[in-house]
Amino acid sequence: MLEKVYYLDNAAATRMDEEVLEVMKPYFFDSYSIATSEFGYSMGLEAKEAMEEARNSLAKSLGAEANEFIFTSGSTESSNLALKGVAQALGSKKGKHIIVSKIEDFPILRSARALEKQGFKVDYLDVDGDGFVNINQLKGLLTPETVLVSIQHANQEIGTIQDIEEIGKLCKENGVLFHTDATHTFTRVPLDVKKIPVDMVTVSAHTIHGPKGIGGLYIRKGTPIAKLIDGGFQEFDLRGGMDNIPGAVGFAKAAELVTEAENERLKEIRDKIIELVLDKIPDVILNGHPHERIPQNANITFHYVEGESITLHLDMYGIAVSTGSACFSKSLEGSHVIAAIGGDHERAHGSIRFTLGRYNSMEEIVFVVETLGKIVADLRKISPLGKE
Amino acid sequence: MKFPYNDIVLEHFKNPRNTGKIEDADGKATEGSPACGDMVSIYIKVDPDTKIITDIKFESYGCASNIATASIITEMAKGKTIEEAKKITWKEASDALGGLPPIKVHCSVLAIEGLRGAIFNYEEKHGLVTNKEKTTEEVVRRRLKRVMNPIKGLDMVTTNLVKEIEVKDGIVRIVVDLPEDHQFSAVIKEEAIEKIEALWDVNKVIVEFTE
Repeated sequence: MLEKVYYLDNAAATRMDEEVLEVMKPYFFDSYSIATSEFGYSMGLEAKEAMEEARNSLAKSLGAEANEFIFTSGSTESSNLALKGVAQALGSKKGKHIIVSKIEDFPILRSARALEKQGFKVDYLDVDGDGFVNINQLKGLLTPETVLVSIQHANQEIGTIQDIEEIGKLCKENGVLFHTDATHTFTRVPLDVKKIPVDMVTVSAHTIHGPKGIGGLYIRKGTPIAKLIDGGFQEFDLRGGMDNIPGAVGFAKAAELVTEAENERLKEIRDKIIELVLDKIPDVILNGHPHERIPQNANITFHYVEGESITLHLDMYGIAVSTGSACFSKSLEGSHVIAAIGGDHERAHGSIRFTLGRYNSMEEIVFVVETLGKIVADLRKISPLGKE
Repeated sequence: MKFPYNDIVLEHFKNPRNTGKIEDADGKATEGSPACGDMVSIYIKVDPDTKIITDIKFESYGCASNIATASIITEMAKGKTIEEAKKITWKEASDALGGLPPIKVHCSVLAIEGLRGAIFNYEEKHGLVTNKEKTTEEVVRRRLKRVMNPIKGLDMVTTNLVKEIEVKDGIVRIVVDLPEDHQFSAVIKEEAIEKIEALWDVNKVIVEFTE
């Protein structure tokens, strides 16, 4: 391991905050039991109470009631439950039509594909060059058979924030349920379910310095949804499985620790990255909207070079980022997000995503961009492209 | 978890040999993989009498595996005759590098194809090319041996992914023994089409999946 690490991949996972660990500890070592019955013994009941407090606090941060928020194993499970649960509850009653955007993250896209195999028709909404969905297109696609629209709050790769208020209103007017994946916006971009007509919201602790393996799904009261995991009546009988009490407590603490000041600070660092790269390195292009983007994300394509080569060189300096290059992906396909915003293959091939968190500083960024500039210049020297 | 690239690969990636362009090259070729997006150009100088490759350079728009393989094959090919250099396989290049991750093998194949392409270009320019061969099932199968199956890191023929080949009136139909929504189906399809479409008497390539 290198001495100093410049970790700029906070959309993938974050370093947990020590304060989060501290509040979790008692539920591993002291109140470690689980309340299997509400008439059980004191230790279990204590733990259960902590879990309900956590639920209450997280629900509140979304403007929801405690009984509208269930804990899951993370955003993947939450989104699976939202799509498949509603499909199962309404598929035979209302219809078999779902609408998602082309730039959703894999839990949504692959749940949609799985539903297609079960006979659902799925429409994939286009996005414009900045990554905004086409609301008129959505309007035209809604039918009486549409059971669900799922459009993310902000994008996992390019950070563009959607106008989910407009989308939610449109869905509500048409009597269609609306789910949003808020994995990359929760606590970073305001979302109040009292103001925004959204029926389900996916959130996760792993992106906000909380523990891995815990997430949640807000489900508006009265939303028809079937459970996917059968078990012992946990989570209002919507999700079986042992209560993850330390996780829940840690998640609530993590959400509490994110402040408006921190988000402002991340925005400043984000803008510095964009400013420095665009200023110091030639032939680059910013992916996503210049300011309608989450505070913690910058995504830039470096023409004529390949992303995995960049990330590997950066790693030698202790700098961790991610890329939309096909060479980097598990399926050897380039970023579907960059493709959807109209980028050619090359734009994905040399794209680098920087995602920030609590432990990043302005000072780091200067070193990162300087190093990046050298690496890109070296790789361009041996590239057959961009010479003439 | 161990880092997926070994020290030899990383060394060639960090300090690639023989990079750049030969302006007055005797043979040159650029190979690109539409699937992974990598691209490599190879330039050679050939002694007209001995047919020995006297100089070789490469340019890469690719990942570490692509750069390292291109680097090592330039070392392997330099000083060999074109006939000898033609016979360098990706397996030999990969072995010389101490092995590559299976998913990355197709990036390395590109460099080998670049070398063969540059030699072919030299032969064409110097009237050394034999007659055009008619595309048959066998020719298709041979070509598909250059399409990698990222699951195994071996080609799709050896790993029994090719279930059926049909050649008729310039149309080639290939049935791949994978479900259409498999992790690597899209990438295999694209590469197979690219390899077969390049044949002189093929107008259309259809790739189908078993599920």
